[in-house]
Amino acid sequence: MSGVLDIVYAEYNYWIYVTLMMIGFYAMIAKKNLIKKIIGANIFQTAIFLFYISLGEVEGGTAPILVGGHGEHAAEVAHEVIYVNPLPHVLILTAIVVAVSTTAVALALVIRIYQEYGSIEEDVILAARRKLQPEFSEHARLKGGEDE
Amino acid sequence: MIWVLDITMLLFLVVCAIAAITIKDLLSAIIILSAYSLIMAIVWVEMQSVDVGFTEAAVGAGITTVLFIATLARTEGRSED
Repeated sequence: MSGVLDIVYAEYNYWIYVTLMMIGFYAMIAKKNLIKKIIGANIFQTAIFLFYISLGEVEGGTAPILVGGHGEHAAEVAHEVIYVNPLPHVLILTAIVVAVSTTAVALALVIRIYQEYGSIEEDVILAARRKLQPEFSEHARLKGGEDE
Repeated sequence: MIWVLDITMLLFLVVCAIAAITIKDLLSAIIILSAYSLIMAIVWVEMQSVDVGFTEAAVGAGITTVLFIATLARTEGRSED
């Protein structure tokens, strides 16, 4: 039992990451507002980043910047220092930039949808879409049946 | 790693995430998302990944917020849920 609790305590980063990921996932699925959906996607992405950074962490490690890189005893000093793993950092540095570009594209689409339908609420947009094109999808027809 | 600071910041993260998706006023939600990104940057710097930390502070808390507010200026500011 204490072994299980040790794991819960030692890996608390992972518990927080799963919680954040589920909060973001819930927002993406359940929220009707398109901006709220994008906020949820952002939270989801940063949760994944937190997971990767937690993976690269080393107990007692310092930032992955070369210590004692210059001078006479550079090689000896460098062997005594523990660094955290820099590989996940590099991956996440790229992923942050990708996250911003996907957010920008999504927001551009939201602006375009607002110009077209005059709303950023998903159900209003679907209702307007249904009025324009009554049979645009099977799902909308089934939903429309229970609405009206 | 200072674990008290770490746990405090991680709990703040969860609170900010829940607040950002529950608040009906979209501008408030966006500002809370910005605070969330900043806290995330603090967590990362404190976990010794300084490069990711300051990229997140500049890009996540800066540019993303600007993009969201620019979108908000062209659409409506209230959310139904």
